[in-house]
Formats: sequence, C-alpha cells, structure tokens
Amino acid sequence: MANIVQVLVDAIALGSLYALVALAIGLVFGVMRLVNFAQADYITIGAYALVVPTASVTPPLLLGALPSALMIGGVLVVVMALALLTERVAFRPLRNSNPSTLLISSFAVSYFLQNLVMLIHTGRPKSVGIGQGLANAVEIGGVRVPGIQLLTMVVTAGLLVALVLFLKKTPIGIQMRAAAENFQMARLLGMPANRVIALAFAISGLLGGAVSLLLTIQTGTLDLRMGLMPVVYAFFATVIGGMGSLPGAALGGFLVGVASVLLQTYLPADLRPFRDAGVFMMVILILLVRPQGLIVTSAAKERV
Amino acid sequence: MKSDTMSFATIGRFWFPVLALVIPLAIIVVVTGQFGGLSIQRTVVEMLISIVIVVGLYVFVGNSGIISFGHATFMAIAAYASAWQTCCEMLKPITMSGLPPFLRDQSIPLLPSAVVSVLLAGGAAFLTGLVIMRLTGLAASISTLAVLFILNVVYSNWDSVTMGSASIVGLPTYVTAWLALGCAVFAIVIAYLYQTSAFGLAIRATREDEVAAAASGISLYWSRLIAFTLSGFMVGLGGVLQAHYLGTVSINSFFLSFTFLALAMLIVGGMGSLAGAVVGVVVITAMVDIFRRLEGGISIGAEQWSLPAGTQELIIAAFMLLILVFRKDGIMAGREMTLPEQEQREKGLING
Repeated sequence: MANIVQVLVDAIALGSLYALVALAIGLVFGVMRLVNFAQADYITIGAYALVVPTASVTPPLLLGALPSALMIGGVLVVVMALALLTERVAFRPLRNSNPSTLLISSFAVSYFLQNLVMLIHTGRPKSVGIGQGLANAVEIGGVRVPGIQLLTMVVTAGLLVALVLFLKKTPIGIQMRAAAENFQMARLLGMPANRVIALAFAISGLLGGAVSLLLTIQTGTLDLRMGLMPVVYAFFATVIGGMGSLPGAALGGFLVGVASVLLQTYLPADLRPFRDAGVFMMVILILLVRPQGLIVTSAAKERV
Repeated sequence: MKSDTMSFATIGRFWFPVLALVIPLAIIVVVTGQFGGLSIQRTVVEMLISIVIVVGLYVFVGNSGIISFGHATFMAIAAYASAWQTCCEMLKPITMSGLPPFLRDQSIPLLPSAVVSVLLAGGAAFLTGLVIMRLTGLAASISTLAVLFILNVVYSNWDSVTMGSASIVGLPTYVTAWLALGCAVFAIVIAYLYQTSAFGLAIRATREDEVAAAASGISLYWSRLIAFTLSGFMVGLGGVLQAHYLGTVSINSFFLSFTFLALAMLIVGGMGSLAGAVVGVVVITAMVDIFRRLEGGISIGAEQWSLPAGTQELIIAAFMLLILVFRKDGIMAGREMTLPEQEQREKGLING
C-alpha cells in the first residue's frame, strides 16, 4: 500500500513539474500563437547561470554561491530577462506571421541559444551541488517523501494558485485571457498588446527559472539538453490538453508526468528504456480520439 | 495553331524550372570533379545528398505548409534498413544478434536492398501519416516531433538490432558524385511532376486556404497523406545515400541538429517553391563549409587564426532568423526559376 502511495507521490511531483512547463508554453501560445522551443533553453540557461563559465566539470559557483533567497531571485531575473530579450529581438518582428513561421523561428532561437551555451560553458555535463539539505526524506504518514519532491509540489501548487489569481483577478491578467481568446478583438478594445505579450514572456521566464532550479536541485547536474525533455513533454501536454487552453495545458502536463512515472514503475525492466516512446505513443493515440485535445477552446478553431 | 510546334515550346516552358536547377548542379559536379580539391568534392556530394533530402522534405512541408520535424525518422528507418541488409556480414551475427536470420546471416545485393529500404521509409511515412494527417497545422507539427522522439528512443535502446546509440560502421560506400547528382535530379523531377499534378495543385490549394480548398471538394486528409508518403519515400532515398556515402549509420545523426539544418535549408531558400529548396541547400552548404574551414583555422601571413568551434551553428541560426524577419518567404520567395518572358506572361495573367 505504502508502495502505491510512493508511486503516486512520484507521479504527482513529476506531473506538477511538467504542468509548470506546459503552462509557460501555453501562456505564450495563448497570446501570440507561438509554440516556444526556446523555453527549453530558458530552463538550461537558468541552471547554467548558477556556475562560472569554465571548461571544468565541477565549476565554481556563480549565482549558486549566493544565499538562497538571492540565488533564487538571481536565477529568476536572469531567465525572465532572457525571455524578454528573445521576445524583443526575435519574436516581436514576427508577430504577425503565421504559427508555422513562429514555430520555426523559435526552433532557430533555441538552436542559437543552445550553441551559445555550448560555446561559453563547453558541451560537457557538469555537476553542481545546491540545496543539498533537500535531498533528505521527510516522513509523512508512513511514506518517505524526498524533500525535493515535496518542494516541487509546494512550489507548483503555489505558482498555480498565484497564476490563476493573476489571470482571474488582475486587470492585466484578464486582458491576457482576452488576448488568448481573440487577440484582434482584445486589441480593438484597448488591450495593450506589447505589454501583455511581454508579460506573458516574463511569466514564462519566471516559470522556466523555477523549473531550472527544481531540476538542478533534483539531479545535481547541468547539461546542455536538460531543458529539452521537460519542454518536449510540455509540448505534448499542451497538444493533448487542447492548444490555447491553460487548464488544458496544466491537465496535460499532469497526465504525461503521471503516465511517465507509471510506465517507469510498472513496465518490465527490459522495456523500461522505451518509456518515453510509450508516453509519446499515448500522446498520438489521444490525439487520434480527440484531435482538438481534451479541452477544446473557441480559439482553437480558426475563424473564417 | 500547329499542335507539334506548340507542344515543343510548351514542353520547353514546362520543364524550364527543372532545367534551370539541374544544369547548374551538373556544371558544379563537372567543374569540381575536374579542378576541385578532395574536400570540395566531398562538400559537393554532401550537398547533392542534402538536395535529395530537402527536396523530399519540401514535397510535404512546402506544398502543405505544415512544418514537419519528423522526416529524419524516415531517413533513419531507410538508413538502418540498408545497414541491416548490406553491412559487415562477418560482424552482424555478433553486433546485431537480434536481427532475423535472413538478415543476420547474409548480405543482400545493393540495388534491391536500397529499393527495399526506400519502400520501408515510404511505408513508415504512410502509416504515420494515416494518424497524424488527421490533425490540423500545429498539432500535426508537434506530433511529427513525437514521431521523431519515438524513433530516437526506440533505436537508441534496441541494442540487439541497432547497436543502441553506437555507430554501425562498415557499410559499402558506393555513392559517387555522379550517382548523387542522378538522385538529386530524380528527386527534383519527381517533386516537380508532383507539384504540377492535380494532387500537387490540390494540396497547394489547402496550403493557401484550408477552408476554401475543403469547400471546393479537396480532402485535406488525403491530399496531405499523399504528400507525406511521397516525401517519406524521398527522404528515405536520401537516408540510404547518406548511409552509403559516409559508410556509417548512427541514430544521433538523425535527431534535432539534423532536423534543424534541413529545415534551415528549406526556410532560407524559401519553402514555397522547389527552386527555394534547392537554392537553400546550396547557400547553407556553402556557409557551413566556409565556417567549418574558418573554425579549422586559416593562416593569414604568419598568423594562425581560427574561429571558436560552434560559431558555424550560431551563424546559421542567426542567418535563418534574419531571413525569417526580413525576407520571410526565403531567398526565392515562392518563385520557381522562370524565363523572363514567362514571368511577364504570368504577371499579365494575374493583372488581367
């Protein structure tokens, strides 16, 4: 019994991590129909900001050397600045392009950033020790939960609630939802397009920074592609959740995370390496049954 | 009007866009074959193979307007299939023990093996297309990404058959500049015939306006499925050529970096036309080659000078972004190579 609870805890922790990334993708998609590949590199660069750029595999700490609060703030600021910079330089000039062009341009931005990190930090994986105290398990009702998983769940829950409040209660949040519903109409009614889009990117950067901290504490390693898998999972999450729907993105994120942990646990050992393939296959099967995703928004259908 | 003279001129005009691409390529092959150094010749062959691949990619992406991240999948399928059939007969029973006996214990002649591999790639594209073409635009693009990841995960871990993420070494290398040129010409001709056929016109209509095309009785699903399958065959051919040019096959060479480069070629040239696909390959290949040489180091006078490794990728990505921002339809902007008088005639048609 405790075993099942343990698996559930794992599943929820991973699911909530993916939900965070999926929300970041979904927010930006909502306001400008951009599926942002570069989200992966926001996460990667946030994590690399913790260390001094050297060729060493155990580099000295940069932001990681600061006290926790400053370190967290520093990483979040770096990633938010990066997200805003990519928006300003690469995506704003393309704002009126079709979604395919935007998708391709974000692929190019991602490739650029990834190679930039490689140029600065070299391509070798590095180890970094931050937040070691969180590795200790906490015992709750007979189940041992690693501190980092508890932290992931708490952070995710906190950010989710904050995001919902922001989107429902603040004027700019309401404008953002209006923009996601019908950008043209919202603009005609006075929605400040530049500010809303920049804010969506800033939030996606904030969520990206949170994810890069959580991932780094969890694995203790830095890797050029550390942001890739979460973002690819998040892509699939937004697609099966229904493109353009934020609750759909969060739901999709939980689903793929949970499916991934369940497959990892219950697949026979020699099939376990194929876990990701199983999850992606599931994505395609869900789309076969519901091509518009689980939650269909009015924005998903193109107007004629 | 006499039908025979008329048809002669018509045929000439019809094939001009193809000839305008093929003849310069042939000239490049002849000239570099005569006067170029070995490394230039290698670059030319790689360029021709890229043309096969990117033109194949163009058949789907260019005509349908749906970006595909999944075409490296079909290349990998063909390349591995060819490796299983032709590679290293002595080592196969040990390194790829999971192969079925008819593959494990014998080699299959080159031509039939190439044909089978290409058919397999096309078949895989058809099966994937059956599912994915039900989706619209972006969801379809992201699902092709899922396909790429599925294949990568499976082939990287299916150790007994694919040797995991290790390279399979020792494929017969039979690809010469002339064979590569022949295949590039073949790919260009097929793509041109397809885009000027009824199927091609139908799918181009869906690219311009899905709703209007569907209302005119075009099936979005079938027109896209046909394009996806055809393009699967063609990139499969590219995969076989690449495998038998390099002599090695490795799953990591069919993943995101490769996908990026192929898409960059298509976008830079302009995904709206066949000429764009070919021009894009030539331009990007030249850029990659130049910067690779600069990274390798050149000597100016007594100074040894080189760019840091990785500059080439940064420049290609930045160049692609600049093209997207300032010339969004690519260098060719959706036009084919046309005779000047032909262009005027077409403009006249549009204006009148």
